[in-house]
Amino acid sequence: MNGIIKLDRRYLLKTGVALGGGLVLACYFSFPSPAGAAEPPAPFAPNAFLRVGTDGSVTIINNKSEMGQGVYTALPMIVAEELDCDWQKVRVEAAPVAPIYNHTLFGSQVTGGSTSVRTEWQRLAQAGAAARAMLVAAAAQTWKADPAACRTAKGQVIHPDGRRLSYGDLAAKAAKLPVPAEVKLKDPTKYTLIGHPVHRLDSPAKVNGSAIFGIDVQLPGMLVAVIARPPVFGATLKEFDDKKAKAVPGVKAVVAVPAGVAVVAERFRPALQGRDALQVEWDEGPGATLSTDGLRRQYAALARTPGAPARREGDVAAALARAAKTLEAEYEVPFLAHAPMEPLNCCVDLRPDGCDIYTGTQMQTGARDTAARISGLPPEQVRVHTTYLGGGFGRRATPNSDFVAEAVQVAKAIGKPVKVIRTREDDMRAGYYRPFWYDRITAGLDAKGGVESWRHTIVGQSIMASTAFAGSIKDGIDDTSVEGASDIPYAFPNILVDLHTPTLPVPVLWWRSVGHSHTAFVVESFLDEVAHATGRDPLDLRRTLLAGHPRHLGVLELAARKAGWGKPLSPGRGMGIAVNASFGSFVAQVAEISVSKSGAIRVHRVVCAVDCGRIVNPDTIAAQMESGIIFGLTAALYGAITFKDGRVEQGNFDDYPLLRLDETPQIDVHLVPSSEDPGGIGEPGVPPIAPAVANALFSLSGARVRSLPLTPDKVLAAQAKG
Amino acid sequence: MITLDVNGKKIEVSVAADTPLLWVLREELQLTGTKFGCGEGICGACTVLVDGDPTRSCVTPVETMQGRKIVTIEGLPDTHPVKRAWLEQEVSQCGYCQPGQILAAAALLQSRPAPTDTEIDSAMGDNLCRCGTYPRIRKAIHQVASETKGGGK
Ligand code: FES
Ligand code: FES
Repeated sequence: MNGIIKLDRRYLLKTGVALGGGLVLACYFSFPSPAGAAEPPAPFAPNAFLRVGTDGSVTIINNKSEMGQGVYTALPMIVAEELDCDWQKVRVEAAPVAPIYNHTLFGSQVTGGSTSVRTEWQRLAQAGAAARAMLVAAAAQTWKADPAACRTAKGQVIHPDGRRLSYGDLAAKAAKLPVPAEVKLKDPTKYTLIGHPVHRLDSPAKVNGSAIFGIDVQLPGMLVAVIARPPVFGATLKEFDDKKAKAVPGVKAVVAVPAGVAVVAERFRPALQGRDALQVEWDEGPGATLSTDGLRRQYAALARTPGAPARREGDVAAALARAAKTLEAEYEVPFLAHAPMEPLNCCVDLRPDGCDIYTGTQMQTGARDTAARISGLPPEQVRVHTTYLGGGFGRRATPNSDFVAEAVQVAKAIGKPVKVIRTREDDMRAGYYRPFWYDRITAGLDAKGGVESWRHTIVGQSIMASTAFAGSIKDGIDDTSVEGASDIPYAFPNILVDLHTPTLPVPVLWWRSVGHSHTAFVVESFLDEVAHATGRDPLDLRRTLLAGHPRHLGVLELAARKAGWGKPLSPGRGMGIAVNASFGSFVAQVAEISVSKSGAIRVHRVVCAVDCGRIVNPDTIAAQMESGIIFGLTAALYGAITFKDGRVEQGNFDDYPLLRLDETPQIDVHLVPSSEDPGGIGEPGVPPIAPAVANALFSLSGARVRSLPLTPDKVLAAQAKG
Repeated sequence: MITLDVNGKKIEVSVAADTPLLWVLREELQLTGTKFGCGEGICGACTVLVDGDPTRSCVTPVETMQGRKIVTIEGLPDTHPVKRAWLEQEVSQCGYCQPGQILAAAALLQSRPAPTDTEIDSAMGDNLCRCGTYPRIRKAIHQVASETKGGGK
């Protein structure tokens, strides 16, 4: 999911042509412009990504899901920039499932991997430019003028003599013209939208309460269901008694489905009451012995044995044998739930001749194919209506579309439209987690304190193994298990990174920043240990080791300078630094913290520097950095899903707390200007914050905590040792 | 029959007396701007104003609401300074928690037109946001406060 995606100008041109023919799509969720105007007939649909109405309104058909990251603004900005239309008249519509809307790399419709801008930029720019060329040609024909002499601005074509025709007036004529085979893209120095802070198109609906999330969808005759789910992963249904459940007024049906036993009612509350009254027996199976403590012991033992090599350079064993000094440490990070604010849900209208799915998904093609498989309908008869997503963070990108599948199964069993809602506890306990990881890491130092060797053994479940991307696992290496560890930029002459991939019944998934959410904590904390052990300043050591990595250095220096690194701090304050590159972007963060007597960490300020290449909307980048830092702080300070007797011990925000407003530090975000290809922004803000805080803790009190979250008991224990 | 006063309208609903207000708003009145986040009074996504006070509708039995004035996000005018500040500061990300945040902020500003950071902390601390929009929530509240002062109200 990582790496920098190279843009290919020719590729887009080809796609632009393939798009010709126009699609007019109705019945999909449409998200109106701030003006909220109803859309007139749209005669000009030069490609699958935009339509121009006779009133000059521009509808962008967006193939990416809006889950907060701002993609319903960034992608339209790219189209609008080339189209030269009036931004006030831009509206967004969620794309249906069709091959043209597939992710350009993943082969199906997916929003994830912080790839939307990176992969869509070219074809959307092309789509906008082609439409503009056709509108110009239509105007030039009308005027009998040379199209090359006409220019465009704000939704109008302008004749050299100053005459103007609006895009709305030209739409019908433009629709009859051929789609150009080749168009020229704008010179980036002429951009008026890209690179400027633009207000989000989705904000008005989100502020006035009219934004429709999956959970808000209401269909005529729709019932509501909740599912009694197995208490343990891998458990199977033995038997159930639904007498009392069916006696609850409003309960309509109780049906067994693969996910458990669904209680279907007229409303949410009777469904819940019916589920409470239901008696279910499960065959718990071997999963019932799973515990986090046992897992830790098992993983720690594995970490002391060689795994599958992910990167091997030089001879680590020999270098360690001759080292003047070795440093060794073990780290761990827990399972984590995504816990999007909107609990998972899905609404299904299944009929003999078709199926409509209404949900916030990051994987539309998967949702469609899953529904087709379960219903027995051909995929063409399944329509996926993508609503707003009340947070995604990877959770709404399950390759098996679990939350869609269960809703289709319930709909099939009852023969009525139904909305399956997960309670917060269902959402937190029914799985998909960031894997639990255990790491052992060793550095061999020479007599001068230089790092001569670096050995890093990683233990944890594979995410890819249970996905359609399982084929990407080569020689035992799932890249998402080792990203951020096997590709560290630091210059060590001997390096070995190896991996153990145990299998467990616990379902795991990409969690905002995927492998980096774990490896950045381990690598950046341990590098800090090396710095302190060798008497080096942590920033200075990174500088030395990062020679030849200008973008890492750029963000590191900027964050350090803005944070006042090296200057004296107020008493009781400590500062830590960390840097990471992920999803094509580079981020450094400096955290300033204090610790209470009871061991609670308070983060006062975070200075963040980001280099994400060419910038579409600078305000969205700042927002995503703030968001990533706060998401990462929740994980650094609080987040842990633990198991006992096979059961998840957490269920709601009381025992899986989120960072609160009153605990939120001051966050300063600084952008490094760059003309490099665009990088991702939804995820790269997350990885550096946990190590920055852990490193600040060490610099403040000499306490090194090597396991997340950094809870008061661990802090006190480490202080007592330090 | 229970009579409710929602957004200035009197509405009769026929539901079990202990049904949480949240589900009456969402399922009976189609006022879906009020959100379900935790169902336990922890997250604030379901916040509405009851006689001006921010109230967790997921743990509020509808029978206790007779004769009380309920305001949901749909009932707060679009010209409301908090809504305008929210747009200007570009607070929303996924947007799911925002109706609750906006109503909590409106209630705070009603009682404290120029709240200190400490007052903002205590009034808004229990409204969770998974997307981490907190810095902008704080900014937007300060913006409303400074406009109010500037306007000499
Ligand atoms: S849904 Fe009511 S407080 Fe969370
Ligand atoms: S904006 Fe997404 S939960 Fe607050």
